[in-house]
Amino acid sequence: MEWETVIGLEVHAQLATQSKIFSGAATAYGASPNTQACAVDLGLPGVLPVLNAEAVRMAVKFGLAIGATIAPRSVFARKNYFYPDLPKGYQISQYELPVVAKGSIEIELEDGRVKTIGITRAHLEEDAGKSLHEDFHGKSGIDLNRAGTPLLEIVSEPDMRSAKEAVAYMKKIHSLVRYLEICDGNMQEGSFRCDANVSVRPKGREKFGTRAELKNINSFRFVEKAINFEVERQIELLESGGSVVQETRLYDADKGETRPMRSKEEANDYRYFPDPDLLPLEIEGAFIAQVKTTLPELPDQKKQRFVTDYALTPYEAGVLTASRELAGFYEAVVEAAQGEAKLAANWVTGDLLGALNKAGLDILASPVSPQALGGLLLRIKDNTISGKIAKQVFDAMWHGEGDADTVIQAKGLRQVTDSGAIEKVVDEVIARSPQQLEQYRAGKEALFGYFVGQVMKASEGKANPAQVNALLKEKLK
Amino acid sequence: MHTKTIAELSHALHKREISSVELTRTFIERIKRHNGALNAYVTVTEEQALAQARAADARLKKGEGGPLTGIPLAQKDIFCTQGVKTTCGSKMLDNFIAPYDATTVERFNHAGAVMLGKTNMDEFAMGSSNETSFYGPVKNPWDLSAVPGGSSGGSAAAVAARLAPAATSTDTGGSIRQPAALCGITGIKPTYGRVSRYGMIAFASSLDQGGPMARTAEDCALLLQAMAGFDARDSTSADRPVPSYSAALNDSIKGLKIGLPKEYFGAGLDKKMAQLIEAAIKEYEKLGATVQEISLPNTHLAVPVYYVIAPAECSSNLSRFDGVRFGYRCKAPKDLEDLYKRSRGEGFGAEVKRRIMVGTYVLSAGYYDAYYLKAQKLRRLISDDFKQAFSEVDVIMGPTAPTAAFNLGEKTDDPVTMYLSDIYTIAVNLAGLPAMSIPAGFIGQRPAGLQIIGNYFDEARLLNVAHQYQKVTDWHSRVPVGFE
Repeated sequence: MEWETVIGLEVHAQLATQSKIFSGAATAYGASPNTQACAVDLGLPGVLPVLNAEAVRMAVKFGLAIGATIAPRSVFARKNYFYPDLPKGYQISQYELPVVAKGSIEIELEDGRVKTIGITRAHLEEDAGKSLHEDFHGKSGIDLNRAGTPLLEIVSEPDMRSAKEAVAYMKKIHSLVRYLEICDGNMQEGSFRCDANVSVRPKGREKFGTRAELKNINSFRFVEKAINFEVERQIELLESGGSVVQETRLYDADKGETRPMRSKEEANDYRYFPDPDLLPLEIEGAFIAQVKTTLPELPDQKKQRFVTDYALTPYEAGVLTASRELAGFYEAVVEAAQGEAKLAANWVTGDLLGALNKAGLDILASPVSPQALGGLLLRIKDNTISGKIAKQVFDAMWHGEGDADTVIQAKGLRQVTDSGAIEKVVDEVIARSPQQLEQYRAGKEALFGYFVGQVMKASEGKANPAQVNALLKEKLK
Repeated sequence: MHTKTIAELSHALHKREISSVELTRTFIERIKRHNGALNAYVTVTEEQALAQARAADARLKKGEGGPLTGIPLAQKDIFCTQGVKTTCGSKMLDNFIAPYDATTVERFNHAGAVMLGKTNMDEFAMGSSNETSFYGPVKNPWDLSAVPGGSSGGSAAAVAARLAPAATSTDTGGSIRQPAALCGITGIKPTYGRVSRYGMIAFASSLDQGGPMARTAEDCALLLQAMAGFDARDSTSADRPVPSYSAALNDSIKGLKIGLPKEYFGAGLDKKMAQLIEAAIKEYEKLGATVQEISLPNTHLAVPVYYVIAPAECSSNLSRFDGVRFGYRCKAPKDLEDLYKRSRGEGFGAEVKRRIMVGTYVLSAGYYDAYYLKAQKLRRLISDDFKQAFSEVDVIMGPTAPTAAFNLGEKTDDPVTMYLSDIYTIAVNLAGLPAMSIPAGFIGQRPAGLQIIGNYFDEARLLNVAHQYQKVTDWHSRVPVGFE
């Protein structure tokens, strides 16, 4: 039987506010345990939550970016359950009336087709603290620094049909929240993580299969692996006559498998009800209009502009607009290279990203600045160096040997364009290759490459290739 | 000195006829002498009180300070007090020393008031007789075999017995007004949102409201002035100006329209209580008020609605008492579940557990719509009743409680009968309205209270109406035998 996979994702994006969602404590990552938890975060008797307006602004920003409805009135609810790192015994979240509803984003599939993925809702909630199980001699430690950190939970429709689509969706959301500057997107620190709802159904059937919820996946690679493992598990189960149980499963990255956390029978009854400590959140049109003016150019708009203005392929434009920082870097290179957009795109997506990738560096940490890279491109453009030599120059720039001109000068890499000098080398090469000359003239035209190679080698790569070609054509006749 | 009102004491303090230290010592001595019999205080902060009194005297000496500077007060043990044990009447918090001050406490400190100590209360404010306290019941100063009412029974008994000129209290379903009535003192529950709830340990967040208890409406006005006002730390706090509560006290109430809800004078009301209330209303007519019968047709729904909403909120509010970070923790827990179960099982008393279980039930999947959601809808109807009434009258009057104080132990085995002692007070909390209870006579030796309900943020009028009555009656000046 042919099976179809159905996936919906719940992405948790930590909002980049200075203070927590319901208290004035700082949200900075990495402080020593419990030093960033105030009376409210600790859930002391008598304390009350007060909503952070900045978190609301960020949620609205996201809603506008995905073309969603911003609820004029949304409600904070309590999700009740006991856990040591949940100080109040309930999490303040939004349940029936979320702040953002019904939006969508577009993802690009492998075959180049564009697919729209619905976003059911996005709601504000507080994060819990952390339980630490090591180094406490059989006991557990609780760190409440993270308790009360604002999260935006972004819930998709079950619109994805493969792990690859899920990854594309997650990447798109990741890019979007970083464009909007509402989340730092740091997956190692847990600022951006996701749960995946996965089910399978016989192809052509409308009814969804029973789903499993995969918890706490914190990298793009793991999303793909976890979903693929789960899909295979479910199909195997169904084909051997079993049935999928609705349950929450944990993805174990070390073992590359998912395993049950708790089943539906053991599931908590969260007893959601509106939090009486917080008034309903009312958002006026004027506020939304104001937030709208702060929206940056979004990835899709930017990509389109790159295609139109810089004559890039949609693929190149897509790569270059994947992050706001990369797009900004690229545009700075184009400016420094006096509009050499195509050349800049080749270099940024090729040599630069390759080198960054290899070194494990972020674009913002690039040892070669956009201005420096632009300067290098200018030297290619004005024939000071060839593209091949440019790679050598780039490598030197990467290692801190100065800007393009300095490197070219110091290493004597200036391209030879003096036709007299090139002609001399050409003549020498022809003179010491009588056999090849005879064969070439007899019709073995493939030997043209041999002559070019010899000339370039003799000139240590510095001869202008176009001039070499022209001279050889002339002289080999 | 101990029989004087705050208004009188404040005058004497500012004239330097007495010092705050003397005054504070007087009350500390009285507490030492009488608290054994009453059990009104659970903590007495003698040293701190004297230090505060000395600081107040220094301010007064310089001609500084306000009406509460140097005035001793008792704090209900539901308000967090920095560095002082804050128990909420529960074993769960028997070891809890609050690391911060409640807004109300902070405001009284700022006003220069002196805290004598913390008063006993029903556990987590759940009770109508002060018998659910971990620290044992409080006795009614008028009759030591009677309950003082609850949950602010310690505060009410302390004020009635002159162990404090005034005390703070809180009211979720009648916990200021009912004990004020049963102890023959004056208490006001302000409009929901008028007094900050920050640092006031939550029972039912949408109903809880702090307010003062004192002997007179005039004193309540001075106290409420200090307590009321916007607090950025409480999202439900009302961001609107606070009028002068003392300024209007002496206004004439000629032409005041009083509504008497027929539902408050029906079956269940003690006959003698009815007579006392009628007599008080007659007094108001003599002062120029007009009286008309009104109807609050959904009154019968108030108790059932309350006993869905309040437990629902409390079941969630009390989840933080889990033995993990503060408060009671059971000995040698086997694992996490054992820690939770035994800490909560051993730390909470029976009434608290009963309400947590009811609240958990009404919020459960499959029952939410039938109970919690339905109760919220009925709550709206109850509010609408009052809205309608206030389009016709200025204030609503009736008994605060159906009977005078009952005997200790009389209702402890029958929670529903106990709940019915709040039948006239609960609807006010559901609607979020302000209301007072003032002394209106005695049934035998036990006091009776008149309830005056006002429209939203109409506290100044309530205090005015109460004060006018107290100018022509002396129920509020009577002192229980043995506490003169």
